[in-house]
Amino acid sequence: MPENKTSLGREVTKGIIKENPTLVMLLGMCPTLAVTTQAMNGIGMGLATTFVLLGSNIVISALRKVIPDKVRIPAFIVIIASFVTLIGFLLEGFVPSLYESLGIYLTLITVNCIIFGRAEMFASKNGILASAADAIGMGIGFTLALFTMGSVREIIGSGSWMGISIPVIHNNPMLLFIMPAGGFFTLGMIIAIVNKLANKKPPQEIECGGCEGCPMADKCGGKEAAE
Amino acid sequence: MKALMVILLSAMLTDNFVLSKFMGICPFLGVSKKLDSASGMGIAVTFVMICATAVTYPIHHAVLVPNGLEYFDTVVFILVIALFVQLVETALKKTIPSLYKSLGVYLPLITTNCAVLGVTVLNIDNSYSFVQSIVNSFGAGLGFMLALVIFSGVRKKMEYADIPETFKGVPATLIAASIVSVSFMGFSGLFS
Repeated sequence: MPENKTSLGREVTKGIIKENPTLVMLLGMCPTLAVTTQAMNGIGMGLATTFVLLGSNIVISALRKVIPDKVRIPAFIVIIASFVTLIGFLLEGFVPSLYESLGIYLTLITVNCIIFGRAEMFASKNGILASAADAIGMGIGFTLALFTMGSVREIIGSGSWMGISIPVIHNNPMLLFIMPAGGFFTLGMIIAIVNKLANKKPPQEIECGGCEGCPMADKCGGKEAAE
Repeated sequence: MKALMVILLSAMLTDNFVLSKFMGICPFLGVSKKLDSASGMGIAVTFVMICATAVTYPIHHAVLVPNGLEYFDTVVFILVIALFVQLVETALKKTIPSLYKSLGVYLPLITTNCAVLGVTVLNIDNSYSFVQSIVNSFGAGLGFMLALVIFSGVRKKMEYADIPETFKGVPATLIAASIVSVSFMGFSGLFS
């Protein structure tokens, strides 16, 4: 892949909308549901994940010719877990309040399928610059999705936004929305809205290199659309 | 004994890993379409959780703490889990092929199941004793299986429902999960 400006730009933007890791590819559901009781937590979790993703993508991409294929999975896991430990220390030292509210979910970034998925699907096959661009795009997409979830849940569930209380709603918040059940409900609604918006686009917009070798070939039924 | 029962039941019902702690959502949404795959995944996860706890607990207390290396928990635990899952897979393949046939496909998925890493870390965070840790893992595994089995029943009914085009697939599943989660809220306050 030629690493010129346009393709790097595409690596960044694809993660934000077209291949949004949470809302379109449905990866990393656990942190999406767990920490989004407040918009601020969503941003914190999103940025922490972006940091780990960026670090691990760069290192894995740099080492992709050194790591033997057979032991790549344990090697990736160690690299990812090291970055998680690092961000844990950084947050504990500089933003202890966020460290407290993310709690165990900070450790669980290690097993976030977004990071592992990007390492396996992208970083182990592409150059360092492209991998970094991919990580930034995916990270922004994830952060935006978490921020949206957190905003909806915080506004409806506790009547405030980013800690600022909103009049009228603040007196009668729907507590259900900050409870686990509300998390599932909000995510379901947001994905439904994304589906609705995505379906409006004409099918010709699917840019694919044909169905041969495409992992989604049997699911997308896009043979007619591509031809 | 009573304290152990409280740990077991609260890990299973009030603090259900899937429905109130949001761990292991991927398999919850992925393999809950059929009852037998849901129970198979549940058994495999319970088994790995107990064994992973039995291995990581001594490592944390006998190796990492005396050397002041607690911050290596994440790296060591995830490696142990990954190794252990691999070990179980190989061992089952050689010794009990019939069990391997029914559980085999779920085993590789367990490494990236956050519930397994979650339970091992939570055991350390809550400073449980060894027996308490094992009981907590057992309860967490059972709770995971319970959620998956119940949800597979809900999804079976949903196949006959007339769902609007936009909500088909994941959105409808998530909203159904939300309703199941509400039903588990009924258990809250059971042991306080």
